[in-house]
Amino acid sequence: MTKAPRKLNPKSKDTPLLASYGMTKSFGDLVANQDINFSIYPGELHALLGENGAGKSTFIKMAYGLLQPDQGYLEWRGERITVTNPQQARAMGIGMVFQHFSLFEALTVAENIALALPPDFTRQKLSQMIKTKSAEYGIPLNPDSIIADLSVGQQQRVEIVRCLLQNPSLLIMDEPTSVLTPQETDQLFQVLKRLAKQGCAVLFISHKLDEIKQLTTRATILRGGIKVAEVKTKDQSTRQLAELMIGAKVKEIGTLSTPKSSKTLFSVSGLSRSAEGPFDIALKDISFSVKAGEILGIAGIAGNGQSELMAALTGEWRPASAAGVNKIMIGAADMTPLVPAARRRAGLAFIPEERNGHAAVPSMTLSENALLTGYDQADVVRRGIINHDNTLAMARHISKTFDVRQPSDDPLASSLSGGNLQKFVVGREIIKSPQVLIVSQPTWGVDIGATQFIRTAMANLAKQGSAVIMISQDLEEIFQIAHHIAVLNNGQLSETLKVDDVTPEHIGLLMGESPTRSGKARSGKARVSS
Amino acid sequence: MGLVMADELLLAILLTSVPLILAATGELVAEKSGVLNLGVEGMMLMGAVAAFGVASLTGSPYLGILGGGLAGLLISLIFAVFVLGLATNQVATGLALTIFGTGLSGLIGAPLVGQSIDGLPSLIIPWISDIPMIGAFFRLDFLAYLAVVLVGLTAYVLNHTQFGLVLRAVGINHDSAHALGYPVLRVRFMAVLFGGFMAGLGGGYLPLVLTPHWAEGMTSGRGWIALALVVFASWRPWRVTAGAILFGGITIMQLVGQARGWAVPSQFLSMLPYFATIVVLVLISRGGRAQFGAPAHLGKNFLITR
Repeated sequence: MTKAPRKLNPKSKDTPLLASYGMTKSFGDLVANQDINFSIYPGELHALLGENGAGKSTFIKMAYGLLQPDQGYLEWRGERITVTNPQQARAMGIGMVFQHFSLFEALTVAENIALALPPDFTRQKLSQMIKTKSAEYGIPLNPDSIIADLSVGQQQRVEIVRCLLQNPSLLIMDEPTSVLTPQETDQLFQVLKRLAKQGCAVLFISHKLDEIKQLTTRATILRGGIKVAEVKTKDQSTRQLAELMIGAKVKEIGTLSTPKSSKTLFSVSGLSRSAEGPFDIALKDISFSVKAGEILGIAGIAGNGQSELMAALTGEWRPASAAGVNKIMIGAADMTPLVPAARRRAGLAFIPEERNGHAAVPSMTLSENALLTGYDQADVVRRGIINHDNTLAMARHISKTFDVRQPSDDPLASSLSGGNLQKFVVGREIIKSPQVLIVSQPTWGVDIGATQFIRTAMANLAKQGSAVIMISQDLEEIFQIAHHIAVLNNGQLSETLKVDDVTPEHIGLLMGESPTRSGKARSGKARVSS
Repeated sequence: MGLVMADELLLAILLTSVPLILAATGELVAEKSGVLNLGVEGMMLMGAVAAFGVASLTGSPYLGILGGGLAGLLISLIFAVFVLGLATNQVATGLALTIFGTGLSGLIGAPLVGQSIDGLPSLIIPWISDIPMIGAFFRLDFLAYLAVVLVGLTAYVLNHTQFGLVLRAVGINHDSAHALGYPVLRVRFMAVLFGGFMAGLGGGYLPLVLTPHWAEGMTSGRGWIALALVVFASWRPWRVTAGAILFGGITIMQLVGQARGWAVPSQFLSMLPYFATIVVLVLISRGGRAQFGAPAHLGKNFLITR
């Protein structure tokens, strides 16, 4: 790691650790990176900021040797280099913590780490190294645990320790905090700051602006494949950073008025469900109610019963026998024994978390996807026969109202970017003005523009007198538009609190604290980042 | 008298299980790397006809072993080129391979029908081979001993070496393996060829040891049983071996039953080995952590994207 070739003064603070000059990469017609000049210095905490599709991933993949640039080159400690594969990048001293997709769930911690290291160590030696290194940074790990048994936060520790064992001089972190509690995030920042103090540079990729301000000193901002700015983060407000990132003024959603109505529209009482598979979370006596015009945010880290709760609310899972408990009601009507289609007819609308394959069928067109939940809308199906003109008109209306940018008139769902497809599936439900909307992770992996749009649409729906139940990991989202908040932790739902009365720290504690937790929170489902 | 009878039965059971052990172990390795090759039956038939042909031409059953293995390897090469090189659907390509192998082996084997060869001799180990019961394990032939060695080697490489770890990792998540810089397609290529070689050896065992002549379709579904064994044995080599011996055992027992005129319809007895093997393995693989053996990316093609 110290075989930097001697140039004039390679160790000087003026020589960047890693620099890029005119890096350009295209995929077919799409220019993912155009003429990117970038530099990071030893010990620097540097942010790479941009929306989905801005070219962040392409850039770091070139730095890590997973992609080769069409034009331009990299310099490492002042020396021109070509990184042909990740092994070479690791040997040079570049470590990378991926967003979601680089641990092997069925393997142990030690096996996962062995895969990233040269095969020089025996298993016993490696286990010892893992224990020492993880304890040293205050993030203890058991080398023999199977990844699937670890919480998402613990899984990230594995990724970090895997990098630390390679003694990196540059650590690249791809959206590391999207799955962490506020406390876990703080702990991660402690580790990163300590690394920086020891001289390791950290390239931190994120679109959470307050975190970037909190952690990093400098930020390089990409938009549409082009570097639009390089700024000192302390000189910028989060709003200025956001505007640089999306290239437009950020609209405020506007403060929410407290709903006046006192009519309970949707209620759940005593919902329990035992764990059916080895990785299921049992739901324990969940009760809550939502009034007309109100948004209830259900916070909690993925893998604490969100998917089980969602399935129970939509009717994809139903209790075997409807006794006194386990009641799901719309107004005075009992929904408990009804299948999803019947619940839709009663005025419920659902937006599941996974847009590819659950909320939408990727290989079908938008109009077909619109039909799948909108078949009871005006004149799209008559006596079992589909009226294609009306279906198409319905899809166009959704796209127009919800600003879905699509490559052609009626494209396949799979051809839309994540943000646009999410706007479509959200719009498809909201446009029906349902009495009750149940939505899970509405803005996961969606860029800022689309996120603001979706949140505004949900807030407007509530203003019109619907009830909204929003399961979300994103506390910022909940604090932005929800009136009430409850926290789901290990299958148990906390009491419902007024958002105005709680702080994020308080909620963070509810999310993390767990007297009954067996340390077996299931990992979040692998999501395809768009 | 009874003891000698039991001894002979045990030997017959072991011999019957060898083709399955070989083919299923090969398929296990291919599947652990994430490739589902449904062409096992076709590869076994090619192995059988090649082993018989080579042994018949050269007079050496040992060269026959080599011929069988190479034939299986060559036909799996076709599969690898299509599935890994051209990213064709694994299920469709595998089925096509079985149909192709069945037809081609019949064509090549047509002039060989009715011929006979000298099979692989038993390698008798003095003294030990004469011990009642245990001796049966030491009166096997070269290929049967080789099968045991290969199973042990496979289990060791898969679980205790870096190469095996990489192979399993590729089958669990090829995107992550690629992101770590491992050559996903090259690893799978080697795994598929190994699977083909083993299936060829398994097929070759039929004419070289069990019945010293060639008949069209002589594997009679053993390739499919091998595929099922891998799944129900939760992708574990020694469990595959146990399943194969169980299958061999019931095959022999039902033959004995038929010979003794048990009052059970013969069709039912013929069905029994397939039925019992699957039932037992399903019971073993229920619940617990068995599902962890399943490679998560089994049957999924790997395409390099941005």
